[in-house]
Formats: sequence, C-alpha cells, structure tokens
Amino acid sequence: MIAIGMEGSANKLGIGIMLHPKDGSAPQVLANIRHTYVSPPGEGFLPKDTARHHRSWVVKLVKQALKEAKVSVDDVDCICFTKGPGMGAPLQSVVIAARMLSLLWGKELVGVNHCVGHIEMGRLITGATNPVVLYVSGGNTQVIAYSSQRYRIFGETLDMAVGNCLDRFARTLHISNDPAPGYNIEQLAKQGKQLVDLPYVVKGMDCSFSGILAAIDGLAKQWGLGGEEKAREDEQKTVDSITADESLEGKPTRADLCFSLQETVFSMLVEITERAMAHVGSKQVLIVGGVGSNERLQEMMGIMARDRGGSVYATDERFCIDNGIMIAQAGMLAYGTGFRTPLSESTCTQRFRTDEVFVKWRD
Amino acid sequence: MEEYKPPALPSPFNNTIPPPILLTQGAEAHLYKTTSLDPSIPAALKIRPSKPYRHPILDRRLTRQRIISEARCLAKLIREGVSVPALLALDWEGHGGPEGGWGGAWLMMEWIDGPVVRVVLEQWEAWMKQNEGSLDESQIENEEARVRGLLRKMGSAIGVLHKAGIVHGDLTTSNLMLRPSADAGDAVEGTGAPSLEGDVVLIDFGLASHSNQDEDRAVDLYVLERAIGSTHPRSEPLFEALITGYRDSYKGASSALKKLEDVRLRGRKRSMLG
Repeated sequence: MIAIGMEGSANKLGIGIMLHPKDGSAPQVLANIRHTYVSPPGEGFLPKDTARHHRSWVVKLVKQALKEAKVSVDDVDCICFTKGPGMGAPLQSVVIAARMLSLLWGKELVGVNHCVGHIEMGRLITGATNPVVLYVSGGNTQVIAYSSQRYRIFGETLDMAVGNCLDRFARTLHISNDPAPGYNIEQLAKQGKQLVDLPYVVKGMDCSFSGILAAIDGLAKQWGLGGEEKAREDEQKTVDSITADESLEGKPTRADLCFSLQETVFSMLVEITERAMAHVGSKQVLIVGGVGSNERLQEMMGIMARDRGGSVYATDERFCIDNGIMIAQAGMLAYGTGFRTPLSESTCTQRFRTDEVFVKWRD
Repeated sequence: MEEYKPPALPSPFNNTIPPPILLTQGAEAHLYKTTSLDPSIPAALKIRPSKPYRHPILDRRLTRQRIISEARCLAKLIREGVSVPALLALDWEGHGGPEGGWGGAWLMMEWIDGPVVRVVLEQWEAWMKQNEGSLDESQIENEEARVRGLLRKMGSAIGVLHKAGIVHGDLTTSNLMLRPSADAGDAVEGTGAPSLEGDVVLIDFGLASHSNQDEDRAVDLYVLERAIGSTHPRSEPLFEALITGYRDSYKGASSALKKLEDVRLRGRKRSMLG
C-alpha cells in the first residue's frame, strides 16, 4: 500500500509518500519533502500569506515527491490530508489540493488528525511501543497517554503553545525565522550563562506560558535588548565579546534571556511529563512536534527518564517538524482499518482534539 | 533496563539506624518511614530530591518554595486545630547529595498510624461484593449507613480545612487517613465487615495553597468526587453524605457547594485552538 500525505496546518507545506509493504514488513519512507514559508525577522506568518504560499507550491511539491519516490500515480492507494487542528486558511488550501488530486486520479481520501500524525510517526521511527507522549510545537502543547483506543490528554497548556511562546520572543529579539525561530533561539541560548528569574507556572498537569512571555518581553525592554538594531549588533559580535559584556555589570545578554526562557519552560514541560509518567506507570517518553527537535529539551527529558529507570525517544527535524509522511503514516493506519473520508466530508477544522480520534489500529 | 535506585538521602538520614524505609515514590517526592529523636517514635519523612534535569538555581528555588509552602500550610492548619500530621522538622537545603552538596529538601511529620481511606473503602467494597448475596436488605442498608458515616466525617474534615483558609489541591482518598480513635471498638464487630472507624486526618499538602475562594474550594470537592467515582464505584452513590458533612462544617459551605454545581457542569476540557 502506498499513500501520499499532505500537510499544511501551519507554515510548512509537507508532502510525503509512504509504503506499507503487503507482507507486513517495516513501512518505508519513499519521499519526504517540505517547503517552509519564512516570514521576515520580527514578524510571524499570517494565515493569508501562508495559504498563498501553500497554494503556489503544492503542485510542484507533489510532482517532485512522486518523482523522488519513483512511483506512478497508479501505484498510489490513498491520499491523506490534515483535517486539523491548525490555521484555517493554510489548512483549506491543502485540503482543496487533496480533493482535486482525489477527483483527478480517482483515489480515496483519508482525513488525519495532525497530532495523531505526530504520535504515529514518532512511534514508527523510534520503535517506542506505549510511551507517554509530549507533543510540543508552535500550536500545541500536550502530554498524552494511550488508553483504550484513544490518545488521552493528561495535561496541556492553558493558554498559548510553548513553541508560540519561543517564536514570539524571537520576534521581540528580531531573531531570524530561517530555518525556524525556535532553532535560532536554541543556538543563541547555547551562549547564555546567567539565569534570570521568570515565572514558573505549573498547575497540576497543566501549564501556562503567556505570563512568562510577558515577563521576558518586559526584561528585554528593560535592558534594551529587543529590536532590529540590537539584533544586528549581536550578529557582529564574537562569542568572546558577548561573554565579556556579561561579566561587566551582571546585566543579562540576549543569549542569557534565550537561555533562561528555555530552561524555565522546558523544566515545566519535563515536570508535567514526569507527573503523567508517575500517574500511568510508564517508563517511556516520546517527544514529538517541532519543539521536540530542541536538543536541550531532549537532554533534560533524558535525565528525568533515566532517574525513573526509563528512557526517552526523540526524532530529528525530518520527522519532528511538520511533514507529509506523518500524515501518510497515520492515514494509512486508519485506511488499513477501513477508514475513509468521503468527498462530502473532506473538510478541515481549526479545532480537532487529539482525544476525538478513535484509534482503531491499536489494542 | 537498570533497576531504579532512589537518590541518596540527605544528611542526617544517610546514617540513621535503622535506615528510613521507602514507602512511596511520586513524581515530586519520596515518602519514608523513619524515627524522630528516639528510635521508638516513628515519623514520616517526605523528601523532595533535587531534580538534576533542572538548572540548579531554578531547582533550588522551586524545591525551596514548595517545601516551605507545604510546611506553612501544615503549621497553619495545626494552629487552627485541623486534623493534619504535626510538623516536626524541616530543611529546605538538605545536604548530602551526590557530592555532599545540595541534596533536596525534606520535611518530617508525625507518623499517623492508620490506613488511608482508599484502602479502607477498597476493603469494604471487596467485602460487600463477596457477601452481597448473604446480606439482607437491612444489613446492606446498615453497611451503607456506615460508609455514609465515614463520608460525612470526611466532608466535615474538608470543611474544617477550608474554613481555615487552605485548599488542598489534590484531594483523593489516598490523601485522607483514618487514625484509630481513643474510644475504639467497631459497631459491627462479629460480622467480619472491615472497620470504618477512626478520625479523618488530611495528608500531603504538596499542592495546597491559601485560598478563601469558593471556586478553589469547589474544585477541591470536585476533584475528590471524580477520584471516588473512578476508584470506588460502589461508594460513589453515597457521595451525597460527604456533601452533607461538608455543609454542616462551616458557615460559608453552602456558597462553595453552589459553585460546585457550576464546576460539575463545566467539565474538564475545553476544545483547544490549533
């Protein structure tokens, strides 16, 4: 069985082609390509611009993916697309493309929950069987565990997603959005040494980030570290001069702020994940979603898991960050159990909770 | 996979004789049984080990904040005469970690010699299941009346807690204990039914906070209601008795109970955007 997966719930347009061999051997990734809409520093991606980006790239990407996978249209069994959750306009542009291909080629459609796509891809790549899942990205922050045919949400953010918090701080500092604001924060944070005091908001198994963002934005303003000019200055500085700066007066640097922000929000995430692990008695953790490619988060989670006698499973940016094959993978699992999305129901939705999906393919 | 080893105990517990016995391990803390002052006086020791994944400054700040907040709640409740374990000792900068440095914080409390309500209710439910066939209606009624009595006591203990201006934050039947009362003697001796006697003691104030808001109080009750529903299905229909006990325990109870109606309707999860 071969499926095409189409993902475009945020600023990444991903097309993936996945093969599930008939003999039941390990699934193979035939193609996994992605094109990202990158907005200028200091700005986020707007739905209408992102949708335009997806519309203008989707045909090119599908053609390229088929070529890379060396499969013809006839080999394809189904077309999987992201039904939600995500930004409305980008979701729509991709679902229209999926419908078009379905009608053009006479293939069946499979609507996929974006979060379930992440989880299934993570399970496939890492081989984790029944982990507690931390799903962290620009739009979602959830701690999930599987129980009787549902991915149940144990804890989640009460306001904004953790990736959104990082991205927006990157805007404050005018850090480049290429390849991703979070990635650039991570690089800058590696030079940070001084930990500034930030709010730490964990409520039971839930957490909240908006107050932290407000606090660190305030600090950036107070020390005059935000804005374009400072970003340019920073680029010209060498690592040594930054360190020298810091020792001068105990004033935090831009790197210190990134470092402190990461340390604080990641501690919160590891804490709620540990609670969920203690609660369900699991020793495996799987980190998925764009923020999951952050190596510091993976390291912290690893230390926590090790102290509990368990281990952490994480993937790299190819599978962590939104992509098409995860949609193909989750779609194909559902397709295998007989699930189809008729054309009349091939809609998309901004709100689609992880626990709404009936997971027929697991016991 | 290697065997789990709990972190080293902070001083002086690394060389007390006999060594503390690990009872339970949560996500946040380890609970040990040890002795205080004299080997014949048992005590409960709650250790919040340092979390090596966190930045050391953040780790100290959080551990310190949390253990002090717990101790303050306990101290206040003891002053107010609420039935909680007495606070014996506290160190928010426990030494004796891996390098002899920071090793987490600890809190020592009075040892409550009794079962937790979860175990008592589980025993009762198991006993009921076993004997249901042989009990006549009046005996079943009698048994249920005993559980109602226990729930009423629990309700009034929670009411006294709320009256003192503290909300628990994590009320489950595992965080309520029964201390055998002085005038022991079970009403139904001879039938073999498990005892439901004793004074209700509230434990584990790790998530407690100061609050006089009906909202927080109602959430406390709601959490307990859900916990009883999921772990003690046989006792759930009797939950009304707990509400009765709570209502009679302090003046502001009825407005908290009104809020509980709202909280129940609210459900736990809203639908979340992207």
